[in-house]
Amino acid sequence: MNTATVVAGIMVLAITLYACTGIADYGAGFWDLTAGGRDRGRLPRSLIDNAVTPVWEANHVWLIYVLVLCWTGFGSTFASVMSTLYIPLALALLGIVLRAAGFAMSKDAARARMRHLAGWLFGIGSFLTPFCLGTAVGAVLTGRIPVGNAAGDEITSWLNPSSILVGLLTVAIGAYVSALYLLAESHRHGITALHGYFRFRARAAGVAGLLLGIGVLAALRFDEEQMFDRVVQRGWPLLLISLALLAGSFRLATGVRVWLMRLVGAGGIAALVWAWAVAQYPYLLPFSLTVQEGAADPATLRWMIIWFVGALVLVVPALILLFWLDQKGELGEDPTTSRAPTTTGSAQT
Amino acid sequence: MNADLLAAPAQLLPAREQMALTLMFHIIFVPFGIALPTMMLIANYKGLKRNDTVALTLARRWSHAAGLTFAVGAASGTVLSFEMGLLWPGLTGRFGEVFGLPFAIEGILFFLEAILVAIYIYGWRRLQPWTHFWLGLPIPFVAIGGAFSIISANAWMNMPAGFTMDANGQITEVDPIGAIFNKALPYEFGHFLVAAYMAAGFTVASIYVVGWLKGRRDRYHRLGILIPLTIATVLTPVQFVVGDLTAVAVFKDQPAKFAAMEVVTESGTHQPEVLFGRYDSATNTVEGGVSIPGLNSWLAGGSVDTYVPGLDQVPAENRPSNVTIVHWAFDVMVGVGTVLLLLAFWFFIAYWRKRDVPNNRVFLWFAASAGVLTFIAVEAGWIVTEVGRQPWIVYNILRTEDAVTNTDAGTLWISFSLIALLYLSLAIGTITVLRAMSRRWRKSDETEDELAVYGPRPALNEVES
Repeated sequence: MNTATVVAGIMVLAITLYACTGIADYGAGFWDLTAGGRDRGRLPRSLIDNAVTPVWEANHVWLIYVLVLCWTGFGSTFASVMSTLYIPLALALLGIVLRAAGFAMSKDAARARMRHLAGWLFGIGSFLTPFCLGTAVGAVLTGRIPVGNAAGDEITSWLNPSSILVGLLTVAIGAYVSALYLLAESHRHGITALHGYFRFRARAAGVAGLLLGIGVLAALRFDEEQMFDRVVQRGWPLLLISLALLAGSFRLATGVRVWLMRLVGAGGIAALVWAWAVAQYPYLLPFSLTVQEGAADPATLRWMIIWFVGALVLVVPALILLFWLDQKGELGEDPTTSRAPTTTGSAQT
Repeated sequence: MNADLLAAPAQLLPAREQMALTLMFHIIFVPFGIALPTMMLIANYKGLKRNDTVALTLARRWSHAAGLTFAVGAASGTVLSFEMGLLWPGLTGRFGEVFGLPFAIEGILFFLEAILVAIYIYGWRRLQPWTHFWLGLPIPFVAIGGAFSIISANAWMNMPAGFTMDANGQITEVDPIGAIFNKALPYEFGHFLVAAYMAAGFTVASIYVVGWLKGRRDRYHRLGILIPLTIATVLTPVQFVVGDLTAVAVFKDQPAKFAAMEVVTESGTHQPEVLFGRYDSATNTVEGGVSIPGLNSWLAGGSVDTYVPGLDQVPAENRPSNVTIVHWAFDVMVGVGTVLLLLAFWFFIAYWRKRDVPNNRVFLWFAASAGVLTFIAVEAGWIVTEVGRQPWIVYNILRTEDAVTNTDAGTLWISFSLIALLYLSLAIGTITVLRAMSRRWRKSDETEDELAVYGPRPALNEVES
């Protein structure tokens, strides 16, 4: 295995982690958006808020890391993808900013109207971003990105059945995993009222995801047969693992063994991402540019690997600490106090 | 605008405008990301050491504001990392392998910062006080490391290094470490780091000075002024030295940028220092402005006999496209710096005599406006660096028009308008929230939970059931 493949592997790893964390946060936003009116949605929303707040920024950074890895390690691929897919990626960006703004504002917005607006921004961004990122993946997967500065079609590259289905699948994936996470959270906090609520949502999203997954395969069969063949011929063990794990998490969605349920669910998503990666290998841009052809200078790749190892040493302990403290209940804003300030308290100006 | 820019592709202008808007927005949040954690940790340390609840309250509130600015900065930083490809594929596509490594480093450091900030902000209630402090302590260092990485990438664009180009324009022999430690890095980093601490320091202090002016002269406001103002004023004289070194280095490394900054039209010795004025690119002359004989040569090389190359030495198509803007920005930056230097000395003398916040109203008004002033200087300094480098995106190697995306100009104008609208609402939102936050603090209608800096909070289920 050479340096270019290793860096490509690191990139796939980062995408995997983003899919299991960042995309799941968007899923939480999706449930926030669909939680219903102010009164009915209050309890699930406060749980979502409580669960996502301490970790969303850390989860989000994986995306930035994927971007910088791509332009450093595979500059021409990055340039080709970004310039051809300008529209969906700019829209994904719009969603990211809307959601982050909504999230940052809602913490301290004093008036209910503004909190309501922030909730909408959060929700809309939560749909827009994974959908657009998904269509971009679909565009790459179906070989619609030629090498060059905006060399592909700006519209049809992502506005086609295959890409749209991948976009919807991404939304469903986020919705499914986050429903599992939120179910686990409701168990951890002992909020029984939400157990059935999120179990139902997890299962609904799971069914939708399965149908969309079949849809993606069918679309791929007619759209880009060569890629379809690669997915089913080399990707099938991973697809099977993914299916088995997702089915397992579906089954586990009673929420009793919460850690196992989350782990199995995330593992299913990870296997799906790797099935895509394996099907596409050795192409960065099917079927015009391979990992070797598109790779940066070996010196750069070597340093990227060295830095990645260094980063593991730095980040992994910190990340474990964050999740550990979070799960121990040492972190997290309290929804009732941070959202509805009362007038108690001594003078302190 | 000269004929050269008119010949440029139609998408260049919206791409540049969008990049400028997003960078100028992002740069407002960077100083807070770097310096606010330092201030909050100083307050936290003071609070724990002396069992000082006022200092702890300050630390808690500053961490709260740091969290908000960090979140908005994260969002606008994401915009920038997308835009590197959305707008400038010709830069990242070709040179990403040379100067991309610092971005990968910054990505990880930012990640680490996000984790530590989350632990710190959300750990106030239940973590052990000293554990909480120690977990927060790495934040300023990680932030400085992140700034180092980004400045390194920017410095590389000004002083490209770490690769060779063969006859066909192909990049060979990439040395990413050489690219990181390029020649412009030390002074760009030093200059920006000090600027960041000054900007955040003066701004935070100015907020409490306004309260002080309104008669809220308690210990809370005193500390809120003294901690950040001390940091900012101590660094102001330092910035003069660093800034001067920077200018001299730019004079040597990027003569065209220096000529634009100081609006030197004809090369020669005994160059005058021209304050403001208007540059005419057609005739290469300056209209108006105040001229101080010989000062420019003296500042550049320590003697009036220093030879300063002018814009006449640069072929017309390679001259910075907006000399007047670069020159004005430079004068504004230096002007603000000089004014702040006066403020710093005033504060030193007054504090040394009375050991308290000076009571002179002129001083207080002066200090109240210092926050806005430093940010004007930060923006102006950014304009000098970035607009002064034009028409090059990579100095003397890659022209900006060759790096821009081929995406349809109409699409770019639409996205520019959307981004502008979005950023306007983001700015309004941020200010509204920060104001709401301070109003709530001022009205002291905090919940007991918020007032208890350290201490257990009710669990979610206890509250909900």
